[in-house]
Amino acid sequence: MGKEIIRLEGIKKVYGNNEVLKGVDLSIRESEVVVLLGPSGTGKSTLLRCINLLTVPTEGHVWVNGQELTAPKVNINHAREQLGMVFQEFNLFAHLKAIDNVAVGLTKVRGVKKEEARKRARIELERVGLGDKTDLYPGQLSGGMKQRVAIARALAMDPKVMLFDEPTSALDPELIGEVLEVMQKLATEGMTMVCVTHEMNFARRVANRVVFLEGGVIVEEGTPDEFFQHPKTERARQFLGKFEGQFQ
Amino acid sequence: MNFYEIAIPAFFEGALITLEMSAISLLIGLAVGIPLAFARVYGNKVLQTISMVYSEFLRGTPVLVQLFIVYYGLPQFGIVLSPMVAGCLTMGLNSAAYQIEYFRGAILSVGPGQMMAARAMGMSKVKAIWVIMIPQVIRIVLPTWANEAISMIKNTSVCYLIAVPELMTQAKIMISRFYNTIESYSLVAVYYLAIIGVMTVVFVLIERKIKIPGLEIEKNK
Repeated sequence: MGKEIIRLEGIKKVYGNNEVLKGVDLSIRESEVVVLLGPSGTGKSTLLRCINLLTVPTEGHVWVNGQELTAPKVNINHAREQLGMVFQEFNLFAHLKAIDNVAVGLTKVRGVKKEEARKRARIELERVGLGDKTDLYPGQLSGGMKQRVAIARALAMDPKVMLFDEPTSALDPELIGEVLEVMQKLATEGMTMVCVTHEMNFARRVANRVVFLEGGVIVEEGTPDEFFQHPKTERARQFLGKFEGQFQ
Repeated sequence: MNFYEIAIPAFFEGALITLEMSAISLLIGLAVGIPLAFARVYGNKVLQTISMVYSEFLRGTPVLVQLFIVYYGLPQFGIVLSPMVAGCLTMGLNSAAYQIEYFRGAILSVGPGQMMAARAMGMSKVKAIWVIMIPQVIRIVLPTWANEAISMIKNTSVCYLIAVPELMTQAKIMISRFYNTIESYSLVAVYYLAIIGVMTVVFVLIERKIKIPGLEIEKNK
């Protein structure tokens, strides 16, 4: 595992009277796969969005690849190019074919020529097993396919880190596998990944580190083996108890 | 010369002016309406308020009052506009208020997710609006917008009150000359009907042409 690529320090997020994150520190190294676990409403997604500043933390600092994004006058658009993000609701651009969904970031953000961008888009779509769906619109794809296009769209920008925000939560159960498979492949290829998910088996098999959040703080973290076999805290035990059905 | 020999070409002239006025007014409406619609959804508090006040003020007062303020009122401040300019300006700014609401509805129906995805890949807000939102918003708004265009053709008829030589004014002129109220107004009605009939067909064709499979499905998900 390589050098540190993401560092969060003292991240707090307050909405009105509701303190969602109460000071979170997290460091992520290159090629690491970190899974954020925890009950609903504990700020996992908020924390993930603080990394690319889609949510601006009320307090705290974010570094990506040595650059502090929370410093004043940072070009956040430029910084976001190195952070690919995949959303629960896919958020594909509905007016663009699959191939153009993947190419649009290259042409409109990077200024790559259209032909070249589409060539790259085709490669990324093949990588997620959708080489034959390039000319379909999002409305013509299944949920699993949409999410794989969304992953390809993020990968086309050559991100240093991929952020996954509950990527399988909006999918029918039979479509979850195809998305997890793509994610697992990415992990094996050495992509740095931060995933918010409720897929415990994925966390067990693929993660290098599990970070368990509750009530806006990190309660426990460790390797999947440590966390799933020997959770140190009572809260983690209670949480895992609710997922027993998922473990074979 | 009988009535029809004179009226048909005169009404044709009038119809051209009606079309010209409507087109200019609709364009003014778009130019003012689209930015204010996006300002309402994505702008800060100040922009949102400006957009809202504009829309409420112009929708809350009769267009005739607005027309008279522009044409008869502004000269008091030294701003004298020709009937055509005053007419287009008033109709356009009035239409903008309605177009804000149509476009706002369309923007909201696209939802915040795509905007977020665009921002996450490094697009600026303006670029995301231009590249991601506008192409979808236009497709979604088109059926409603077609109604606005059709209303505009009919509403420009109030401009006969400030003597713009449009279709309705031509009818008035014919009546003062031939004293044939029914024929003149009926012929004008036929002209309006023909224009709007053609427009309706054109809009259906455009809608079909720019339709994207599943855009509605995606939006209703």
